[in-house]
Amino acid sequence: MKIKSQRDFWSGLMFVVVGIAFAWGATSYRFGASARPGPGYFPFGLGLLLAALGAIVLFKALTLETADGEPIGAFAWKPLLCIVGTVALFGWALSHLGMFIALPLLVVVAALAGDEFHWGEALLNAAVLTVGSWIIFIWGLKLTIPLQPWFMGG
Amino acid sequence: MDTVHNIALGFGVALTLQNVAYAFFGSVLGTLIGVLPGLGPVATIAMLLPSIYALDATPALIMLAGIYYGAQYSGSTSSILINVPGESSSAVTCIDGHQLARQGRAGAALSASALGSFFAGCVGTVIIAACAPMLIALAFRFGAAEYFSLMVLCLIGSAVLASGSLAKAVAMILIGLLLGEVDKDMISGVARYGFEIPKLTDGIGFVGIAIGVFGFGEIIANLGMPTPRREVFTKDVKRLWPTRHDFGNAWPAVLRGTAVGSLIGVLPGGGALLSSFAAYSVEKKMPAGAGELPFGKGNIRGVAGPESANNAGVQTSFIPMLTLGIPPNVAMALMVGAMTIKGIRPGPQVMTSNPELFWGLVASMWVGNAMLLVLNLPLIGIWIKLLTVPYRLLFPAIVVFCGVGLYTLDSGAFDIYVGAGFAVVAYVFYKLGCEPAPLLLGYILGPMMEQNLRGALLLSEGDWSTFLVRPLSAGLLAAAALMVVVAMLPTVRIKRESMFIDET
Repeated sequence: MKIKSQRDFWSGLMFVVVGIAFAWGATSYRFGASARPGPGYFPFGLGLLLAALGAIVLFKALTLETADGEPIGAFAWKPLLCIVGTVALFGWALSHLGMFIALPLLVVVAALAGDEFHWGEALLNAAVLTVGSWIIFIWGLKLTIPLQPWFMGG
Repeated sequence: MDTVHNIALGFGVALTLQNVAYAFFGSVLGTLIGVLPGLGPVATIAMLLPSIYALDATPALIMLAGIYYGAQYSGSTSSILINVPGESSSAVTCIDGHQLARQGRAGAALSASALGSFFAGCVGTVIIAACAPMLIALAFRFGAAEYFSLMVLCLIGSAVLASGSLAKAVAMILIGLLLGEVDKDMISGVARYGFEIPKLTDGIGFVGIAIGVFGFGEIIANLGMPTPRREVFTKDVKRLWPTRHDFGNAWPAVLRGTAVGSLIGVLPGGGALLSSFAAYSVEKKMPAGAGELPFGKGNIRGVAGPESANNAGVQTSFIPMLTLGIPPNVAMALMVGAMTIKGIRPGPQVMTSNPELFWGLVASMWVGNAMLLVLNLPLIGIWIKLLTVPYRLLFPAIVVFCGVGLYTLDSGAFDIYVGAGFAVVAYVFYKLGCEPAPLLLGYILGPMMEQNLRGALLLSEGDWSTFLVRPLSAGLLAAAALMVVVAMLPTVRIKRESMFIDET
C-alpha cells in the first residue's frame, strides 16, 4: 500500500497511539457508570474518540490522492537541538549555577541555532541581556532568582 | 441609568494613576511585540503571567488586555514597511500595504490602519459594554448540561475556523482535552496520569505548554526557514495624513471591517486572524470606485478594512470570556488563566462579584485605544527603528525572557522542562501540519468540561439524552453540528482549506 500523504499518515498514527495510550491509562482508574461517572470515565471516552479520529485521518492518508504526496520535509535539527537543549540546560543551571552564569550560557548556545553566528555579537548580546534581566527581574520586579553558584552561597 | 452608573464606575477605576500606568505599559509592550515579527501576543502574555502574582487583579488584566489589542494596532507597521507581518492577523495587510509603501505612500497606509483601528476599537468597546449584561442574564439560566454543550460548540467552532484539515483540528482538541486530564481528579481526588511525579498531580501547567508551543516552538520553526530578505521603507514615512481621496475611499472600508470583525470576534475560534481575512475578502467583492487602484496594487481599502476588522475582532472576543468564562481563542484562554491565578473564577458572576474589575477593564480598553493612536501615529519613528534589529539578536532575548518567566512561576526548573518538552512537541505538530491553537483551547476547557459533563450526568441519573432534551443545550449542540456539516460541504471545504494559503 502506498502512502498518499506523508503528513496525514504520521499525524493519524500519532493520534491513534496517543488516544489508545490515554484510554489504556484510564482503565487503571475507576470507570464508574453513566449515573455516577468515576475518574476514568471522561479520559477513556476521549481516548477512544481520538483513536477513532486518528484512524479516519490514517485511512484518508492512504486512499485520497494528493498532488505532491505532502512530504514532511527536512527537520531543522540544528535549531531544534540548540533551542531545546539550551532551555533544558538553563533549567538545571539556573537553580545550581545562578543567573550570572546560566543566562549568558543560554544566550550564547541559543544564538548558535541561527544561520549567522558571530562570537563578538553573541557575547555582547549575552552581556546586555544579563544586565537587562537583572534590572527587570531582580531590581525592578524583586523576584527571587538564584544569582551565584550554590558553592558561593548564592 | 444603570449603564451610565457602570460606565462611570469603570472610568473611575481605569483612570486611577496606577491603572493608567498599567494600560500604558501594556499598550507599549503590545506595540513593541506587534512591530517585531516572530513574537506574538500569546507568547508575551504567557511570559508575563508569572509576574502578575505581585499585582492586583484589575491592573494585571488591564495590562494583559493592552498587550493583546496593542499588538493588533502595530502588526500592520511591519506588514506595510517590510512586507513581513508583525502579527499573523496583519498578513493580508501586506498585499496592498506594502505596495503603497513601494509607491512612497507608506504614511497614508499607516494612518489609514491606525485611524481605522482606533475607530474599530472604540466601537468594539461599546459593543462589549452593551452586549455583556444581556449575555450574562442568559448565562445565569445555564446549568451543567448547557455549559457542557456550550464548550462543545466553542471547541467545534475553533476547529471549523482553524485552517487546514477539520479532522486533524478536532484531533488536536482531543489531545488538549486529554492533556487537561493530567491532574488530581476534582471529585474523587485520584491523581491521574501522574507517573508518580508529584508536580504532575497539579497538572502540566498551562504557562509551560503555551511558552513551549508559542515561544520556543515558534522560534525553532522560524529558524528552520530560510531568512527572508528585508527591505525597510523608512524614508517615506514623513507625510502621515491621508489625502482627501484616500479618506473617501477608506472610511466605508473601515465601517465594513468593523462590522465584520465585531461579528467574527465573538465566534468561538474567531478573533483577529479570521476577522482580517474575512474583511479583505469583503473589500475585494465591493465594486471599485472611480480612479481606484486594483487590489494587490496598493488599494487603501485593502489596508483599512482588514486592520479595522482585526481590532474590532480582538475587542469583541472579550465578550464570551468576560460573560461566560469561555475563552474563544488562545489569548483569551490566557486571560482566563490570569484570572484563575488571581483567584477569580471566570464566569457570569464576575460582573456582579467584581464590578470594578469588569467595568474597569472595559473602560481601560478605551483609554488604551486612545493611547495606541498616539503611540502609532506621532511616535511611529521609534517603532520603525526597531525593524532594523535582526532576528538573530532578537530570538535569544525571547528565549531568555521565556526561560526566566518559566522559572519564576514556581521558583523551580520543572516548568522550564515542560516548556522544553512542548517545544519538541510543537515542532512535530508544525512539521505534520497540525495547528496547535485548538490544543491549547482544549487544555484550558478540559477540566471544566469534565466537571460539567459529570455534573450533568449525575443530575440526569446517567441519561445522556439530557443534553438533547433541555432546549438551550440542544440548541447549542445543534449549532455545533451545523458548523461541522457546513464545513464539510464540498465547496466550503475547498475554500476553507485554501483560504489562508492563497491570500498570503
